[in-house]
Amino acid sequence: MSSDLATPGVWTRAQRASVERLHIRLESLLVLVALSALMAVLSPYFLSFSNLLNILLATSTIGILAIAATFVIGSGGLDLSLGSVMGLSGVVGAFVAVNLGAPSVLGVFACILAGGIAGYINGQLVTRAFVPAFIVTLGMLGLARGLALVISGGRVIYGLPEFMLYLGQGRPFGIPMPVIIFIATAFIAHCVLAYTRFGRHTLALGDSESAARAAGIRVERQRRILYTLSGALAGLAGLLFSARINSGDPTAGLNYELTAITAAIIGGTNLFGGRGSILGTMIGALIMGVLQNGLNLLAVQSYYQQMAIGAVLILAVFIDQYQVRKESRV
Amino acid sequence: MTLLKLEGIRKSFGAIDVLHGVDLSVEAGEVVGLVGDNGAGKSTLMKTITGIYQADAGSITFDGRGILDLDPGERRRLGIEMIYQDLSLARQQDVSSNIFLGREPTRKLFGLFPFVDKAAMDRQAAQMIERLNAHLPSINRSVGSFSGGQQQTVAIARALTFNPKLVIMDEPTAALAVREVQSVLDLIRRLKSEGIAVILISHRLNDVLSVTDRIVVLRHGRAEADLVTGNTNMSEVVSRIVGGGDMAAAASHEARG
Repeated sequence: MSSDLATPGVWTRAQRASVERLHIRLESLLVLVALSALMAVLSPYFLSFSNLLNILLATSTIGILAIAATFVIGSGGLDLSLGSVMGLSGVVGAFVAVNLGAPSVLGVFACILAGGIAGYINGQLVTRAFVPAFIVTLGMLGLARGLALVISGGRVIYGLPEFMLYLGQGRPFGIPMPVIIFIATAFIAHCVLAYTRFGRHTLALGDSESAARAAGIRVERQRRILYTLSGALAGLAGLLFSARINSGDPTAGLNYELTAITAAIIGGTNLFGGRGSILGTMIGALIMGVLQNGLNLLAVQSYYQQMAIGAVLILAVFIDQYQVRKESRV
Repeated sequence: MTLLKLEGIRKSFGAIDVLHGVDLSVEAGEVVGLVGDNGAGKSTLMKTITGIYQADAGSITFDGRGILDLDPGERRRLGIEMIYQDLSLARQQDVSSNIFLGREPTRKLFGLFPFVDKAAMDRQAAQMIERLNAHLPSINRSVGSFSGGQQQTVAIARALTFNPKLVIMDEPTAALAVREVQSVLDLIRRLKSEGIAVILISHRLNDVLSVTDRIVVLRHGRAEADLVTGNTNMSEVVSRIVGGGDMAAAASHEARG
């Protein structure tokens, strides 16, 4: 939450408090509304129901990665390997289901397990080998991507079994399965982060590791769980993405960590830990989704979209740091 | 009644002897100031009491039982609590989150999921602050937005939730504004009035003289002097700390500071 030191502005303290209770950053909500209004004016298709579902569908993968980023960054860590681990997981799942001919359920399980193992290795290296998280996960970014290419022989593994396809392409009640799974994941993640001891310890750890240690929290164990969780969520994202495109693509999720981390930061996660909320991150993920969708509708080249995402990340951190500096000066 | 009794505590780190047989006793509900120059062994001595360091020789009895073999967690359960100078607070979290960090009360949702009972935490935190007769701007604000004295209040309230018999405070007034120092000293008196003993480590001799019952001077790893606060003064304390040399100059320097 941004501190409620009386900042002169449009919002009174009471209004701020009522929104903060929901763990949402007001500014990001305003940006989402403004951005959506702008897109609606610029493109007549934007507000159509099918396009809104499209936005949610596109956001589901990024959103799940952003949930992982919120937990890890909120704890004072960093996971740069999200996109690569997602790509690796999709390939492993497709390899198990297609090349090995294993049942769908095993394919699903393999996706999440592969992500979890990558995350577990990250956690072990960070907490036991004392290599900085930045380096560990940067290394894993390369390792996981390379391994995905090795397993798949550099080719897309095509033709997933039916049950896996359903997870990506099924539409119960007209709503895409990935959207349903994404919303369910976000709901559980929100409850865990905001209302359980595990979630509170995560943020306390990111706030002050020494305070967490003094309070008897098993800091290293908590970090290992968080990195493993992050990897498993990347595995889930990889599963949904593969299922949607009906193939294990070794280049899937390229640069997705950039978008996911941006979404988490826009949503109010403190880059240095101690603050973060899943509801905020969802708004951040939707902002990224609306931005990409809008730029698509306006037929802006994807090269420019990449630039836009990078610029938004820097801008979001700048605004956050500016506010922190302003508040600490009072 | 003697609450804490240290006899002949020795501690060395490799070839460096830090404590050469320290004797110290604290009565129940007594406020004892522990003063001494940098490197006199104050922090090491306190850490042998809380159990972070193991004494090489000597004995420590607390509440009538020897505690040398107990680990820090067991000693805390017996009622020894220490508040470090950095306070170990999570600055972006609110008051009750800090007070209950690591042992949040939970409530089973649908009889299944253990959810943190934030309402109970807030309620008990507010009671703690009230019990200390202290005032905070709001219990729902992040403690990083509080002044140093208010943060000290939160740290003391957290210590109180363990129902301590002895609270060791390391330089609680070192970084505070003048007005804030008074409120922290009031908190110490408050602890005393509840029958809680306090060991106050401080370089600010004015504070030590105003709030303690007794002052123990540590010098070169020994308890150099054990003075009743009512029967001593600044210059005697200073001379015992520096142990000879230009005492008058040192004392006048302290009086100014």
